[in-house]
Amino acid sequence: MDNVKKRAAELLKSEAVKVVIGYTMGTNGKPRAAFIQNAEDVDSLIFNAQCVQNLAVYLSKAEIKQLGKPAIVAPLNVLRAIIQLASEMQIQENELIVLGVSPDGELIDFQNFSAIEKYLEDFNMEVDAKEKETLEKISSMSLEERWKFWNEELAECFKCYACRAACPMCYCHKCAVEQNKPQWIPVAAHRLGNLEWHIMRAMHLAGRCVNCDACHEACPKGINLNFLTKLMLNDAQEEFGYTGVTLKEGNLLSTFKTNDQENFIQ
Amino acid sequence: MTIEKYLVKKASLSTLFDKIKASGKTIKAPVKKRHTTDFAAVGSLDETTDDYITTAQSAKSAVFPRVEKLFGYVKSKNGVELVDYDLSTIPETVLWGVRPCDAAGFDPLNAIFNWDINDVIFSTRLARTTIVGFACAKADSSCFCTSVGGNPGSTAGSDLLFTKLSNGDYLAEIITEKGKAIQALAPELFEAAPSEEKEQNLATVEQKFTREEIKAKAEQYFESDVWKEQAQRCISCGTCAFVCPTCACFDIQDEGHGKHGQRIRIWDSCGFSLFTQHTSGHNPRETQGRRWRQRVMHKFSYMPDRQSVYGCVGCGRCSRACPADMNLLEHLQQIVKL
Amino acid sequence: MEEKNIYKPYLMRIEKITQEAPGVKTFRLKFDDDEEGKNFSFRAGQFAEYSVIGEGESTFCIASSPTRFEKEQYVECTFREVGRVTSALAQCEEGDVIGFRAPYGNTFPLEAWKGKNILFIAGGIALPPMRCVIWNVLDKRDDFKDVNILYGAKSVADLVYKHELAEWDERPDVKLVTTVDPGGQTPDWKGEVGFVPAVLEKMAPSSENAVAVVCGPPVMIKFTLPVLEKLGFTPENIYTTLENRMKCGFGKCGRCNCGKMFVCKDGPVFSFSQLKDLPDEY
Repeated sequence: MDNVKKRAAELLKSEAVKVVIGYTMGTNGKPRAAFIQNAEDVDSLIFNAQCVQNLAVYLSKAEIKQLGKPAIVAPLNVLRAIIQLASEMQIQENELIVLGVSPDGELIDFQNFSAIEKYLEDFNMEVDAKEKETLEKISSMSLEERWKFWNEELAECFKCYACRAACPMCYCHKCAVEQNKPQWIPVAAHRLGNLEWHIMRAMHLAGRCVNCDACHEACPKGINLNFLTKLMLNDAQEEFGYTGVTLKEGNLLSTFKTNDQENFIQ
Repeated sequence: MTIEKYLVKKASLSTLFDKIKASGKTIKAPVKKRHTTDFAAVGSLDETTDDYITTAQSAKSAVFPRVEKLFGYVKSKNGVELVDYDLSTIPETVLWGVRPCDAAGFDPLNAIFNWDINDVIFSTRLARTTIVGFACAKADSSCFCTSVGGNPGSTAGSDLLFTKLSNGDYLAEIITEKGKAIQALAPELFEAAPSEEKEQNLATVEQKFTREEIKAKAEQYFESDVWKEQAQRCISCGTCAFVCPTCACFDIQDEGHGKHGQRIRIWDSCGFSLFTQHTSGHNPRETQGRRWRQRVMHKFSYMPDRQSVYGCVGCGRCSRACPADMNLLEHLQQIVKL
Repeated sequence: MEEKNIYKPYLMRIEKITQEAPGVKTFRLKFDDDEEGKNFSFRAGQFAEYSVIGEGESTFCIASSPTRFEKEQYVECTFREVGRVTSALAQCEEGDVIGFRAPYGNTFPLEAWKGKNILFIAGGIALPPMRCVIWNVLDKRDDFKDVNILYGAKSVADLVYKHELAEWDERPDVKLVTTVDPGGQTPDWKGEVGFVPAVLEKMAPSSENAVAVVCGPPVMIKFTLPVLEKLGFTPENIYTTLENRMKCGFGKCGRCNCGKMFVCKDGPVFSFSQLKDLPDEY
């Protein structure tokens, strides 16, 4: 982490960036986001396995943008989010400096987004084995069992939208749930409203989700709503040959290909 | 009424619970369910847990459900017919296992719903709710009830308060007529008051400041950058408001299915960016710093000024639940030091 | 304890629909239940929650004068089609029934204005909240001294209440000045061309024994206030009506809370001296 701190201090001192977005120790022994604007404060930066919040979420936040050009401490999840955001034209290479960090907190230098993209090739974005087992269990349930499982899981949701707020890919100023002409899905946190909300959100993240689990970590009810996005990820990989975030591909749901195997789209 | 004290034996608790159940009341109590501990309708004491500092969500949904039908409607060729809320459908409910901080939250809620015109739906729910509190033997670093007028053994807001004694029996304090009505269901279980001091069985929660100090400082530093700085981490979700025992902001929506439908009231939050946004796009509280300031000012300045009650009970739920570690106690301590 | 469900609206029948300007309509509403109408009253400046049952509620002022309700038992509202509810309202036809919760909020202090000169300044779709008080004043014309009205809109087409503007123009006891933004005039336009603040400066009404009521887009208000101050109007004597986002209308839902004030209860009518004490959150 020393190299990261050193680089962060240099960037702030030279005014190459105005703010360093990183992790620091928060309250109750949990890490939290820090927005460091003075080189003297870089010592508070930390990195460990508990740093699960996806900091890329702050790249779209107006109040943080106003601080000026950022550098961002970026473990794997943040790197993926940055590349996905770049592919969706939400951020540009010259707008930020990426301080990559390895799982053990070592600085990884990236010259440009392409270098990040290349680095990410070595890390398959796959659902881990244990999760895969759970997902397979869900998938192998009968229709009735699955309906019951999801109803029970999502019944707890009270629509605080922490999942959306914690997701770096949920950057829309006005979410589909807030569109009311027409009202696509019920706003209320009742059974139908909850089901439609989570299914809609998972659909919108198909082929875009960076599998960071920030949504699940943020959920005050601990709902496994990331199972939905993971199932979508599985489908994207198996049905559409999706391999992970890249700068080029475009989004699964918004990319048209003339050689699409489905004929309804042609 | 003056508080009456009794002893209720450990073994008597489930008998009392069963008697309440047999009286036809709905009982909602803390249940370990899926991923969190929260209030849920239960049939017996065995289904409940007493292993919690606070439940993840407050008990407010008993009087302010996350979705409440306000009235129904039926459309026809000749127009529309409104079907009024049938207040008789609101059940007599006993909230069992409410922490003193949570019990104190009903007063501010009531102030919001009844400070001028009476919200009869809310009021009927409240009138049909009996609160059986359980004093806190444990606290954590998010708790700050003593800084906002409460304490781990406070009777305020409860109708009946149990404090667990060193031998596992309970001190029962009957605070209101509703509490007496619970006692009347099984008077034989309420024995002569124990001699053991209540205080020695309570958690210690160090007082960090007073509400009045926060009020004065928050008003004085209204234009300070402190709000903006504290809100940098905030990701604008509604978690803090939705787990809060006193947050009552709501939205009104219509939901129809064919010719039938209903107008509903649903939870909302001043922290959401679109909460105050006009149709024109103009937003009076456009930044998260302003929205965060509103949350604190509403609870510590506007409510005491307009409704003569503070809007924070120090339960610490918002701090525990926040996905971005917006710790209310930490932030209030910063404000008081300004 | 009062047993009335405060969320349940009155049902109102649309008696007449007037297309005022592109996307702007006026509904004349009558109580579907005569009994409810008999027990209803309101005062100038108050607002209502209007709803298309099944689509939701929308907040806007009562645009007609209480004096007309006393005489003919109707209320009117004027709205622009923008959101879900106003779009649904715009689909309504004469004879249809809509929901109506009212009256909410405070009123213009007409009692205190008796014997004074009154200056009304409105921009665009902000004439409706003022129309209520204009007609209230005109229907009790003897209670007040000079009545000046300055009304501006983007273009001639955007002017609302065209028939009433003509009526006011013909009255000898009202001085009406209408203006449209440069480029918004038609060949036969006889009014002024220019922005409201500039036209006001030219009009130069006296602030002596006078109150001013200003309603319009924030930018119009911003540039009109200095002109009024130059003319000698003090903040205590300049009034406006705020249009914060609202849901409940009675100080519970939290939306229109601005400082200690709830726009729905303590407003919507405020003097500019009151607004100076509010945080800049409206």
